[in-house]
Amino acid sequence: MQLRKAAKSYERTLDRYGWLFISIAVILLTVFMFYPIVYSLILSTMSSKGIVQKFVGLGNYTKLIKDEMFIKALKNTFVFLIIQVPIMLLLALILAAILNDKTIKFRGLFRTGIFLPAVTSLVAYTILFKMMFSADGFINTGLMRLHIIKQPIPWLMDPFWAKVTVIIAMTWRWTGYNMVFYLSGLQSVPDELYEAAEIDGASKIQQFFHITIPMLKPIIVFTTIMSTIGTLQLFDEPMNLSQGGVTGATTGPGNSLLTLSVYIYNLCFKYMPNFGYAATIAYVIVFIVAILTFIQFKVAGDKE
Amino acid sequence: MKKIRITRIIIYLFLILMFVVSVFPFYWMIVGMTNSAVDVIKGKMTFGNQFFQNAKVLFSQYDVKRIFFNSVKISILTVIGSLAISSMAAYGFEFYPSKAREKTYAIILLSMMVPFAALMIPLFRLIVKFNLLNKHTGLILTSLASVFIIFFFRQSFKSFPKEIIQAARVDGAGEFKIFTSIVVPSMKSTYAAAAIYSFMTSWNAYLWPLIILQTDKQKTMTLLISSMSSAYFPEYGAIMLAIVIATLPMIIIFFTLQNYFVQGMTGSLKQ
Repeated sequence: MQLRKAAKSYERTLDRYGWLFISIAVILLTVFMFYPIVYSLILSTMSSKGIVQKFVGLGNYTKLIKDEMFIKALKNTFVFLIIQVPIMLLLALILAAILNDKTIKFRGLFRTGIFLPAVTSLVAYTILFKMMFSADGFINTGLMRLHIIKQPIPWLMDPFWAKVTVIIAMTWRWTGYNMVFYLSGLQSVPDELYEAAEIDGASKIQQFFHITIPMLKPIIVFTTIMSTIGTLQLFDEPMNLSQGGVTGATTGPGNSLLTLSVYIYNLCFKYMPNFGYAATIAYVIVFIVAILTFIQFKVAGDKE
Repeated sequence: MKKIRITRIIIYLFLILMFVVSVFPFYWMIVGMTNSAVDVIKGKMTFGNQFFQNAKVLFSQYDVKRIFFNSVKISILTVIGSLAISSMAAYGFEFYPSKAREKTYAIILLSMMVPFAALMIPLFRLIVKFNLLNKHTGLILTSLASVFIIFFFRQSFKSFPKEIIQAARVDGAGEFKIFTSIVVPSMKSTYAAAAIYSFMTSWNAYLWPLIILQTDKQKTMTLLISSMSSAYFPEYGAIMLAIVIATLPMIIIFFTLQNYFVQGMTGSLKQ
């Protein structure tokens, strides 16, 4: 009896320590994360002009459909998502498959070099690209000298090419980063699997589709979700690639680089602040992330 | 046999191309800091003699020393604070199992899916209310508890033998003592990897600092580069130098601690 009581009280002490250890993090997360998440949701049902606020229910959500700027931002964001993410992930997969092959020479050097862009800050590399892709900049002069193009491409002046520039820049920055995930995943794939396939006469391409991709499936799902979340929040690149940056009149030529996050920023800090409406758009991102993540898990057919 | 050789050549050409494309901008930024604004924008690929001129422009027009120190201070304090708080939390979740805490953990993990844009506005209002606008304290305080780092630590703690902790308890060691003198010292590489991740996130942060640090004195390197480049007449040579100054710490950390670096990025995947 005495013993059981002692054990009970010891257990309770341990439980208290458990709470104690997590307390600081939980308090900070409650104040700086959970409270803002909930408050944003409430804000999204309000319309605010400056300090005047009134409840509009789902009014902000219906307003979205008629808001051309929002539609534009949504479209732009999806263009980046649908084009850039697959290109980058496929490239990363191919590189990982090649660099996992032990017969390739200078593997370490290639790996390090291709990963290197991932150490740069998003702002720094974006501005570097802005300079490289300027009208008479390095890329245009280079391409002209190689006789690939006759006239300079208006990279940052034309709505289409501005998007291409962002896609090239993002692919440069993130391919090596994703490759490292795949390489670390491939370490757990036994070499014998490839050797056996080799003996059975499977080509490298067949091996890629029938061994590499299936074995990496969970990691591919993971990187796809991370890239999706990252792209839906795209902010640093379009902002810094545009003429005038934060203070510019438009984000990219004809607002071609206006993304959802940039629009939220503009609604809060550039125009007459309408925090309620901005919060609504933030929640649109939350819903899109939730839906896409769900779809990606479903497509992958994983239970976890 | 011949076909294999041709594929080999194509593979190597592809690798070399990817390598050059990846590394070239680094070369270009180093060359760029020695060239004039006109040469930078025209894509000059060789070293020039404008380095001191660029340095003069940068250091005389902007308080770079102060801004660099701001970045260093913010990043280091964030790293120390978030490592301490997040590793403690991960320890609590992993070594004191309970249903209630497991639920708390699940909710915390789920919040990783919520984009920053959804927190931004209330967070900004909180900062204003607490009178932390234009103060580094506000920036550091809001970055201290990182869900990703908690998750990262917990994944590593999973492989820590629980018997050691039981043995220490039998020997009469206190719960905090066990954490600080047994668990922490044996997880050095995990701490190193988390420190790199945390430092990099803080050093490269843009949107949140942009919102809450609105005065020149409080700026970080990232904000400086961004504002220099959106000037009416950008000083491209000086911008290049600023980019090099902002990127160099990350490159040095990367090359000296490469293994921890990669571990810090992919470690979350380990089971």
